[in-house]
Amino acid sequence: MLEYDPVLYSRVLMTLTFVFHIIFATIGVGVPVMIAFAEWTGIRRNDSHYTLMARRWTRGYVITVAVGVVTGTALGLQINLLWPNFMRIAGQAIGLPMFLEIFAFFFEAIFLGIYMYTWGRFKPIVHFLFIIPVVIGASASALFITLVNSFMNAPQGFEFVNGIISNVKPLSIMFNPASSTKVSHVLVSAYLTSAFLLAANAAYAMLRGKRHNYYKKALKITLFAALVFAFSTFAIGDLSGKYLAKYQPEKLAAGEWHFETSRQVPLVVGGILTDHNEIKYALTLPFALSVLAHGDPNAEVVGLNDFPADEIPPLWIHYTFDAMVGIGMYLTIIPLLFFLAYLLRNGNPYSKLILWAIVIGGPLALFAIEYGWIYAEVGRQPWILRGYMRTPEGATTSDHVDVLFYVFVLLYAVLGITCIRVIIKMFKSNSAEDELRIIESEGGFK
Amino acid sequence: MIIEVVGITVLWTFLYGYLLVASIDFGAGFFSFYSYRTGKEHLIQNMIKRYLSPVWEVTNVFLIFFIVGMVGFFPDTAYYYGTALLLPGSVAIILLAIRGSYYAFSTYGARSSKVYIFLYGATGLLIPASLSTVLTISEGGFIAMNGGKVVFLYDRLFTSVYSWSVVLLAIVSVLYISAMFLTFYAAKARDNPALEIIRKWALTWSAPTIICSVIVFYAIDLHNPHHFQKMLELSWMFVLSFLFFLGAVYLVWRKKYYGLSFVFVMCQFAFAFYGYGAAHIPYLLYPYLTMYEHFTNPAMGVSMIVAFIAGLLLLVPSLVLLMRLFLFNAKYVEGR
Repeated sequence: MLEYDPVLYSRVLMTLTFVFHIIFATIGVGVPVMIAFAEWTGIRRNDSHYTLMARRWTRGYVITVAVGVVTGTALGLQINLLWPNFMRIAGQAIGLPMFLEIFAFFFEAIFLGIYMYTWGRFKPIVHFLFIIPVVIGASASALFITLVNSFMNAPQGFEFVNGIISNVKPLSIMFNPASSTKVSHVLVSAYLTSAFLLAANAAYAMLRGKRHNYYKKALKITLFAALVFAFSTFAIGDLSGKYLAKYQPEKLAAGEWHFETSRQVPLVVGGILTDHNEIKYALTLPFALSVLAHGDPNAEVVGLNDFPADEIPPLWIHYTFDAMVGIGMYLTIIPLLFFLAYLLRNGNPYSKLILWAIVIGGPLALFAIEYGWIYAEVGRQPWILRGYMRTPEGATTSDHVDVLFYVFVLLYAVLGITCIRVIIKMFKSNSAEDELRIIESEGGFK
Repeated sequence: MIIEVVGITVLWTFLYGYLLVASIDFGAGFFSFYSYRTGKEHLIQNMIKRYLSPVWEVTNVFLIFFIVGMVGFFPDTAYYYGTALLLPGSVAIILLAIRGSYYAFSTYGARSSKVYIFLYGATGLLIPASLSTVLTISEGGFIAMNGGKVVFLYDRLFTSVYSWSVVLLAIVSVLYISAMFLTFYAAKARDNPALEIIRKWALTWSAPTIICSVIVFYAIDLHNPHHFQKMLELSWMFVLSFLFFLGAVYLVWRKKYYGLSFVFVMCQFAFAFYGYGAAHIPYLLYPYLTMYEHFTNPAMGVSMIVAFIAGLLLLVPSLVLLMRLFLFNAKYVEGR
């Protein structure tokens, strides 16, 4: 057995909570945008199918919000319980964005309650207005908490004397070099993932033999949104590369297995690394890393050999980077194919092949979120606060973190399984067709 | 000087808000379970659900607000409490997680089962018990410094009269606050069968609340005489609290002005809670942390207070809207 090491177990437990929470956080940020989109489309086209879509999505959404809230609470507590030494130091700097995050979430929670329980109590357009604060609150809380993460990657706006943060400038802390690319990347990728998850649902229903127009409409609006968000994700991803090259070159170099500082650097895709750091079986794209880093094929990119050996992140993050980008491409190509087939005279966008490709895209998108965060977090190692504090210095010194880890594995397993079962049962026992029949017999929504 | 006071007042107010809304929620869970066991759930279940469904998430936010605000204003609390509370804190996380998600699963997912109702009821009592230990620990004597390391003395906590008396008070007052509120809500909903049952619960739990409060008083004197002396200096607050208690119980007993009666309950707990808190400062954790020595840097403190005021300007109207739609809307409350 391994000797008990609170640092190791703190990292493992934090990773566990984060990996679980980020699924629900991503859905929590992205799905309200899609609900708003569907409800608005329903009002504009006077089409109750879209209104029903918004309504059904909301019902599934609140279940995931519940799990998101409780795991978010867990994360908020655990960051203090597992990283008391980090919070003691960094708390001097990140108090404001964390405080604001709670405000944003509070705002969202209030209006989500109002939105959910006021269907039919107001005119459609007034009810639609209640989802707007939910969208704003959800995205703003993602914004503020990502600002905290940006600060951990690109700390600035304070003086560090004898291990104490002082003379802080709160705005400069929040708006650091990492902020803009990180926040926009987190937001847009959450929108993309949510759109794809909803598309996957509709596609799955069609594969199960449902042919109602409702599902086709759902596919069209979700995939249209996915396409827009996928292109934005790529554009922002490109900017993130340029941010890394300038401010965290070791993270970029580790992700791309770039050792010697040089010009006209190719991008390494896949492959394996030998004991002597030789790259084998990889696909190399000439000039691509120079372009990603600086937008210029001749540009110089700093390599890992320029850094002390104990300040280099683990090199396996290369794979998480590649997986994230690969899935991102998949999520762009599939909606493109769908609309191509839709526009072509002989095309069939609802063919089994395309539907299956969409279904697979849902879980893949979640994997991309996980890979992206693993790249972001492991790529910052050995630092918890880059350049100032190493991860082991931040961790708790308490006993029993190992026991807690197993308890939380159990907790999340139970929560995750029940959540999925509840959502599946909810939609099975009350199909869209049944609801549509009721709506039509009543002559539209009341 | 003043900024520290503003900071701690903001935090204490959020904790007070949590005390009220969470007590209503926790107690409702227990009463749901109890009514289920006694075969009366058809009478009160609906009413409890109508109130809780739109607001349960808001309840959770009060707590996380307090914690994040505490660490924001007083970062050193993260070090002491964070290290010491690893186990009890994790237990609280697990209970909150089970409660929150299973509430949502059964309410929104329409998958009610005996297990859910039991979990909902049991966590309703266990969460306040586990959270109340934080206040116990703040009195000092349960944390030691061992070679520069914070060590939590579990055996002391489990054998302390004070800690058990606080747990008891926490549970009893949860049931009291909740029953008093639900009495008001049932009256508002003109749900007479439910009102009859809940009114009895409210009266049942009123005497134990006061008895437990008195026990806690004496236990504080035993455990931390310094704090007790300072509480005596503020004795007028505790006297007022007691008078509001008498007023609230009297009104419920005479079946009059249930709304005013709950306002009295709020005042009862406000005076006791702020009295306790005012006597507690400047210590955040006896004897290690004080609000003046361990306040965050001034720039961060000011910016957080500015953020707080801006946030309130946004939240208060939203909360008013929420309450007007669900709490003070006769049509909704009556289920029409």
